[in-house]
Amino acid sequence: MSKKAAINSIIIFALLVVLVTPFLGPIKIPFSALMDFKLTTIAGKIFYTFRLPRVFTAFLAGAALACCGVALQAMFRNPLAEPFTLGICGGANFGTAIYLIFAASIPVPHCGIAFSFAGSLGAVLLVYGLTKIKKGFSVGTMLLAGIAINFFFSSLILFLQYISDFTQSYKMIHWLMGSIDVDGFRVPGVLFIFTAVGAAIIAAQSANLNLMSISDEIAISRGVNVKVTRKIIFFATSVMVAGVVAFCGPIGFVGLMAPQICRLLVGHDHKILTPASILFGGAFLTLCDTIARIIIPSSQMPVGVITALLGGPFFIWLLLKDKDGALI
Amino acid sequence: MNQTVIEIEDLSFAISGKQILEQIRFSVPAGQRLFIVGPNGAGKTTLLRCLAKIITDYKGTIKVQNKDIKAYSQKKLAKILTYVPQVLPADIPFTARQFVLMARYPHLSPFSVVGREDEKIVSDAMEMAQTACFADRVMATLSGGERQQVSIAAALAQQAEIFLLDEPATYLDYKHQRDIHLLLAKINTTYGTTIICVTHDLNSAVLSADTIIAIKEGKIVFEGASKDIMNEKTLEDIYSKKFDFAQHPVTGQKIIVPDVIE
Repeated sequence: MSKKAAINSIIIFALLVVLVTPFLGPIKIPFSALMDFKLTTIAGKIFYTFRLPRVFTAFLAGAALACCGVALQAMFRNPLAEPFTLGICGGANFGTAIYLIFAASIPVPHCGIAFSFAGSLGAVLLVYGLTKIKKGFSVGTMLLAGIAINFFFSSLILFLQYISDFTQSYKMIHWLMGSIDVDGFRVPGVLFIFTAVGAAIIAAQSANLNLMSISDEIAISRGVNVKVTRKIIFFATSVMVAGVVAFCGPIGFVGLMAPQICRLLVGHDHKILTPASILFGGAFLTLCDTIARIIIPSSQMPVGVITALLGGPFFIWLLLKDKDGALI
Repeated sequence: MNQTVIEIEDLSFAISGKQILEQIRFSVPAGQRLFIVGPNGAGKTTLLRCLAKIITDYKGTIKVQNKDIKAYSQKKLAKILTYVPQVLPADIPFTARQFVLMARYPHLSPFSVVGREDEKIVSDAMEMAQTACFADRVMATLSGGERQQVSIAAALAQQAEIFLLDEPATYLDYKHQRDIHLLLAKINTTYGTTIICVTHDLNSAVLSADTIIAIKEGKIVFEGASKDIMNEKTLEDIYSKKFDFAQHPVTGQKIIVPDVIE
């Protein structure tokens, strides 16, 4: 497949997914429901309050995760770098878990995202601090440190679960599995702002990412301010991860998978790779979420279950495919 | 005497207590071919990396065109000097042409598109470095010698006035070694580019350099016209071993010969 054809098929795939999936689900939505803007029919209500916002939310979350993955993988020159392996999600998880426990006693409504952002930013500062403190930190060590950070936050979350009551604990478990339950356009609206800001920042770094994906030495020698670019990418990533985790919980593997598949399809130039991954990641998560919605009709399976089920085997395939067997 | 393009004053650099460079001080006139030699671990690469602003936490000052390099933005500096590492990573997924095109970075604003002029500069650079024939091959599939030629083509496309090269020919066979040295000489005479080249190859240094600097344990132990380094005592001081000499059959230049191993 030529690159042009690959780009076109990603665009068509994304469009198809966004156009078709809102109509899929246990309750049939007739096309007439589309015109029901006043939400007088049940189908119209379902379509505009649940289905469409949910599709948008899933798309934005997938897009954000894929975008983070692209940038982090280029920056660390490692296909395993993504918000999860670097501990950024762990931080956001912890922030949100605290919010879930204390939500009742916080006077400001809907401020979960602030907690999530504080968490992701905290984790990013930790990761960034590590690269600063110890010079010549290898990427492998960096990822190991990220995994350690993730475990650390996971334990904190377990601790929070342990001390919280049953309802809070259930809420937390459901959210930790990664689920996209939305009601109306508030969530996709806020998520849009976070994703758009983050993605715009990262898209503007395309030329820097291209050079940094070769080596920092080459990037510096060509005139890239590597230190500043790193800070910008860490910041943009923590913004996007905060949005995703606050509204959808930790959703794994999209950030890892989408950029990898897109690299195989459209090549390594970030001017094309970044938008392609954003579209593909968005469409992929929307598709996973649709499967999660309809696979067991009466219950709403968390999307995290599906992405991890698809992501796990993919990850193994990626490891096997790698010719030198030396991803790290 | 040409204008001074690089001026290094009291450059020192230590990493975790170990002194890598100590009170380095020299200046380079525009258009000069300066070769830096010295034993392994003497600090040659570190010196180049300081000059390229890859290392920034050194002591002392480095001036490029009479201005401290710390006062330049990375991008401005990249218009003046470029660094060619010893080897490029082996797994670069871009084509040779894409790689060279990326060297136009300092001349482009973040949102500007590569123009026709940039394309031409890239084509010319690749032509000059004899890399046009594999322009569309992915870097990872090129041989070490070809990759090195592309690396220099990229430096050319960057249109920097100063080239910093770290052992550009070390891992190459005789033909590619010659090609690289010829190319550097041609760039130097065509554009007046200042060439600062770290090498272990004393003979090619002496045959193509204007000036040679020798570094040992972070200090400059020799600085002078290239032919003056071919001296028994000088070389023994630098490398802590004896050398045998011969005369180059074409130029008559004194060169070193390999040791007899029994």
